[in-house]
Amino acid sequence: MTQMLLNALLLALRAIRRNLMRSFLTVLGVVIGVAAVITMVTLGNGATHMVSDQISSLGSNLLILRPGQQLGPGRDSAGAASFKLADVEAIQTQVPALKAVAPVVGSKVTLVAGNQNWQSQVNGTSNAYFVAGNWNIAAGRQFEEDEEAAGKAVCIIGATVKRQLFPKGSPIGDEVRVKNFSCEIIGLLQGKGQGAMGQDQDDVVLMPIRTAQRRLTGNVNDVSTLMLSLRDGVAADPVMEQIRKLMRERRRLSENADDDFNVMDTKQIAETLSGTIRTMTGLLGAVAAVSLLVGGIGIMNIMLVSVTERTREIGIRLAIGALEHEVLLQFLIEAVALSALGGLIGIVLALFVCLCLTALMHMPFLFNPGINLLAFLFSGAIGIVFGYMPARRAASLDPIVALRFE
Amino acid sequence: MNTGTLISLRAITKTYGEGVAAFQALKGIDLDIAAGQFVAIMGPSGSGKSTALNILGCLDAPTSGAYGFRDIPVEALTRNQRALLRRHYLGFVFQGFNLLSRTSAQENVELPLLYRGAESAQRHAAAREALAQVGLTGWEHHTPAELSGGQQQRVAIARAIVTRPLVLLADEPTGNLDSQRGHEIMDLLTALNREQGITVIMVTHEPEMAHYADRVVKFVDGWVESDSRKERHSPPTLPLSGEERTQHGRCDTPLTREAGGVNERGPGTP
Ligand SMILES: Nc1ncnc2c1ncn2[C@@H]1O[C@H](COP(=O)(O)OP(=O)(O)O)[C@@H](O)[C@H]1O
Ligand SMILES: [Mg+2]
Repeated sequence: MTQMLLNALLLALRAIRRNLMRSFLTVLGVVIGVAAVITMVTLGNGATHMVSDQISSLGSNLLILRPGQQLGPGRDSAGAASFKLADVEAIQTQVPALKAVAPVVGSKVTLVAGNQNWQSQVNGTSNAYFVAGNWNIAAGRQFEEDEEAAGKAVCIIGATVKRQLFPKGSPIGDEVRVKNFSCEIIGLLQGKGQGAMGQDQDDVVLMPIRTAQRRLTGNVNDVSTLMLSLRDGVAADPVMEQIRKLMRERRRLSENADDDFNVMDTKQIAETLSGTIRTMTGLLGAVAAVSLLVGGIGIMNIMLVSVTERTREIGIRLAIGALEHEVLLQFLIEAVALSALGGLIGIVLALFVCLCLTALMHMPFLFNPGINLLAFLFSGAIGIVFGYMPARRAASLDPIVALRFE
Repeated sequence: MNTGTLISLRAITKTYGEGVAAFQALKGIDLDIAAGQFVAIMGPSGSGKSTALNILGCLDAPTSGAYGFRDIPVEALTRNQRALLRRHYLGFVFQGFNLLSRTSAQENVELPLLYRGAESAQRHAAAREALAQVGLTGWEHHTPAELSGGQQQRVAIARAIVTRPLVLLADEPTGNLDSQRGHEIMDLLTALNREQGITVIMVTHEPEMAHYADRVVKFVDGWVESDSRKERHSPPTLPLSGEERTQHGRCDTPLTREAGGVNERGPGTP
């Protein structure tokens, strides 16, 4: 029995080798299908993992209040009035469920230090920003009260800015030129890495909001964004509703006017995002699985064609004394060997593609043995299912009919 | 049990097609062939020679009549039993060579041994020996496309004899060859018949090739028109009966008692 199987395997491998080009084209569908399934699932896993990492790094209970309507199709955030410092105070005093309220103004500015320069996001804010944004100070200190009150030219820089402008040594106490004024560096933020959308969160410079208002934006009273941190164990929805009511009142919106500002729950955003990614992964995985199936049908098609093409060969084998089940076994093994080979090539290809793409997208590469095994077994099963039919047809031919076949 | 009669055909008919399109290619053939004979089947084109040879080779079934192979009623055998009969007792040389393309001569010749389950070392040796017998030493690794017509025909013969069959059936083995190559092939068949005692049944339409045989059966329109024997110039050195062949270990599976007795696999290979 084993001898017979070995012989059948030998015959099948010889047949594959004899038609190397056609064999390759046959399994191409399976190769691509397997590679697609594995790549989709692996990348999807990586993306989901990255987003859920993001949720924790954001600070778990962060709300963001911005002027303009909720972003979405046909909506417009331009033209809505900014918040005022008085709004910040009002929220601070009237919403007790908030742990920290950080006003933010900011813009993209070119920084210069020595002979280095670098474009970065410069935010004017308060010490509440560190609480709301879940930031730690790696070196140096936070703002002092008099610095905030007087709008002194001091700043705290992110890890990327430090790397770009002060590659060597501590920047604390050094000066950095922000647009047109010089600013003393008093602190260094601990690095966070990539944000959920792939942006670099560490590419940031923080300074007292007064400083930024006076020297960068020029609007001494305007606040563009508020970062609000909920107290632990507080549900976001009622607080958001409370803030909404308060802001409608303060902005004097009439009963039936739409909000001209919006409050977002970042945790909710992140969860929605990772949910979306999961759905997308499932969908793309399903599409990839269909392509694997199509690859299987390709195998069946080529096997059928090859049976027709090889009818004379089958006639020769039968005439020489091959039994029906031996021919069946040969074709079956050929199909399984082909598709399993295709599956193996597909796995290697997927590994390569995943490594490249995850490096390119700064995503974690999570090798998933389950999906690899599944895809491989599935490709083998495709060989059995789609190899059986043509194999049956080949084996049941009358030798003389097969031999006369032209 | 063996009377020297290896093959007996009784009232064999073969009808192709059905209804109005039906055509009777064989109209009642009676033929006995003894072990060790060299038989040439002659006749005009379309007289049923190939049809008869295919029936003799168990590749095709007659419409009616009885075919006894070593007293086994072939028509009672199943498809697989007939395949085993071909595997263990018959060697077939097809009119169009019918070699596997893109496959070396060596692998082509090994093919029947693969189905017999022979060990690879044994297979290689036997195939090399068979190729040497047909004068193709040094051509083992050439594919059919790299061989001339005469060489392909010789590979086909090597494949047919590598299992040391009881009967070698050849359909116009010289049909595609020039006269000199044809004579070489005939010398080879004669040698196989005389020196190894292989029964040879050959279809040909060339009288000069039929000359090599010790018996000429003429077909006309699906009938046997004449059956003439001649004395051999030099009698065969090994006019063996089937039983003696078995003792010499040449024929591996004694074709047994009854129809169902054809075993899945013989006890061994030559
Ligand atoms: N598969 C077939 N279907 C229908 N007719 C056939 C078939 N094979 C052979 N014949 C017919 O049977 C007759 C005998 O054919 P064949 O045995 O090949 O003759 P020969 O080999 O003597 O030339 C021919 O008339 C041929 O047309
Ligand atoms: Mg013919």
